[in-house]
Amino acid sequence: MKILVTLKRVPDPEQKVKFKGNQLDFSGASWVMNTFDEYAVETALRLNENAATGERLGEVVVASIGPKEASQQLRSALAMGADRAILIAGDDAQLDSGMVARMVAKLTEREKPDLLLMGKQTPDGENNQVGQLVAGFLGWPQATFAGSIEAADGGKALVVGREVDAGMESKKVPLPALVTVDLRIILPRAVHNGATPADHAYEEGPRYASLKGIMAAKKKELKEMTPADLGVEAALCVQVTSVEAPPARKAGVKVKDVKELVEKLHNQAKVI
Amino acid sequence: MGNVVVFMEVVEGALRKASLPAVTFAREAARHHGGQVLGVVAGSGLDAAASQASQLVSKLFVFDAPALASGMAELLAPLIARVAKEQGATVVCATATNTGKDVLPRAAALLGCGMVSDVIAIQGPHSFKRPMLAGNAIAHVEVSTPTLVASVRQTEFTAAEPLGAAGELIKADPGPLDARGAQVLGVQATKSERPELTEARVVVSGGRGMREGKNFEILGQLADLLGGAMGASRAACDAGMVPNDLQVGQTGKVVAPELYIAVAISGAIQHLAGMKGSKVIVAINKDGEAPIFQVADYGLVGTWEQTIPPLIEEIKQLKAAQK
Ligand SMILES: Cc1cc2nc3c(=O)[nH]c(=O)nc-3n(C[C@H](O)[C@H](O)[C@H](O)COP(=O)(O)OP(=O)(O)OC[C@H]3O[C@@H](n4cnc5c(N)ncnc54)[C@H](O)[C@@H]3O)c2cc1C
Ligand SMILES: Nc1ncnc2c1ncn2[C@@H]1O[C@H](COP(=O)(O)O)[C@@H](O)[C@H]1O
Repeated sequence: MKILVTLKRVPDPEQKVKFKGNQLDFSGASWVMNTFDEYAVETALRLNENAATGERLGEVVVASIGPKEASQQLRSALAMGADRAILIAGDDAQLDSGMVARMVAKLTEREKPDLLLMGKQTPDGENNQVGQLVAGFLGWPQATFAGSIEAADGGKALVVGREVDAGMESKKVPLPALVTVDLRIILPRAVHNGATPADHAYEEGPRYASLKGIMAAKKKELKEMTPADLGVEAALCVQVTSVEAPPARKAGVKVKDVKELVEKLHNQAKVI
Repeated sequence: MGNVVVFMEVVEGALRKASLPAVTFAREAARHHGGQVLGVVAGSGLDAAASQASQLVSKLFVFDAPALASGMAELLAPLIARVAKEQGATVVCATATNTGKDVLPRAAALLGCGMVSDVIAIQGPHSFKRPMLAGNAIAHVEVSTPTLVASVRQTEFTAAEPLGAAGELIKADPGPLDARGAQVLGVQATKSERPELTEARVVVSGGRGMREGKNFEILGQLADLLGGAMGASRAACDAGMVPNDLQVGQTGKVVAPELYIAVAISGAIQHLAGMKGSKVIVAINKDGEAPIFQVADYGLVGTWEQTIPPLIEEIKQLKAAQK
């Protein structure tokens, strides 16, 4: 099948958040691919290969909306095994979920994938919106928070294990559909495409790019576009006007033993 | 002037407690917008839940049909959007549970309006505060569309109390339902006698250092003794020690109990994002340098094997002495 995967370049979540006045300061930040999107790329590759024979079963297209530098994250996805990439010019500060979703929806109409695969959320904006918005715009079925995916009906549908509040929901969606992935999708047996032997266990996590993959990625197509090329002229509707540090927690104490802990919880904190 | 539509969830025939903070948010938003709070419930067999929900709002729209039992976003989003349009709503909200997160953006798409996720405070009719970057930054956000959609962080708003008089209950016809071909085949629910993780007064969480699922039994004993719920880190969930729905964190459940006890959890930023708002935090870890100690009010360096059994004993003695 043909799969379109979106990915966002985000500041490395492990680095300390810096402020400059009432704004975030990303000078000197290092940038990485959103982990959830990396998982989505891995999922797309698993869905579109026979892991036993190495045969490729369909096309994986990756797309990002961001500055020129985001081509680096797109190249990483190409090095993992995606076939081609699209970079739509955009500036994070001038984008909101609605605009991103409109662009992704337009791109989806053009590319006509069978499956639109996205991360469930970004670690910076933490909106958890874009996938559902796109599905809403397109009138597509949606399966968010996928912890497992299984091909069904001879590849015409997917059965998605969704992480819901109460446990796991099994939802069947006909293609084309939108799926957003959750953490557990990269466990060894989370994806079954009907071609890879059912007992195949993947290594946990997204695959590393091989040297060969990195070399090949340099020759793969990375097309640059503008929102205007897609006919999107939306304006920013949701704007971050200022940002502040959260109130700090007071430093605590180390207790010497269980007795002291219980005594403090009882007499000082009064929670037991 | 605009009304506020609050979508409330129903689980097993009853109104879900997690929806109550969204009602509090809705009341506050209605004051800013000069309108009424209108509720929406959808599902199958809603009589009990509807009478509960009607106590909370001025008007309640009840969509009761067997096809709605699945709770699919494809079905719910158009109903919520329809009520919002017909009732002149300028705010549409729900708690940011997984259901809320699934449904609300789809409704925002149908309404063509801006959405703000995980609101922690209302600053004005169109301005809100929300966390970003794993809770390491608080953003002030402005929404410029006339109507806006907001998901509400459960831990930051109190549970709404019933109003003096029940609101008007309107049995609404859902009309033709189009699930876009999607179908829920089933739900594997995690059964537990313990309180819901996001509502519990005490949460006892275990991490990778617990090593095996069966070792969580002792944390369960501690949780039961304190009337609490069980939680876990991603590492413990991924390893299959406990069900995934116990995951606390940036990408799991956000909790803010009176007492959070983190056992054998290192304290990665993604975990902290889900529990930093707890009133009192206890960390038990064999590594005195573990980052979890930086947010803990009380830290105890030691293994769970050595500390949890005596902790249970001490608390039992304390409880016995209190009687
Ligand atoms: C996109 C993304 C999203 C994520 N979302 C979440 C999330 O929502 N929630 C979450 O929790 N994580 C999340 N994570 C994972 C997070 O980064 C950490 O990997 C995870 O929280 C680690 O879990 P842990 O503390 O149990 O394991 P570890 O970091 O391995 O820590 C285990 C701890 O146990 C201690 N220990 C070992 N043995 C014992 C013993 N016998 N007694 C006492 N202590 C012992 C060790 O000293 C250590 O500190 C996310 C990661 C990513 C990339
Ligand atoms: N600028 C962007 N470019 C490409 N994809 C994006 C962008 N922003 C968000 N997304 C996608 O939308 C998903 C959800 O993001 P969000 O709703 O912003 O939390 C991410 O995992 C990405 O796949």
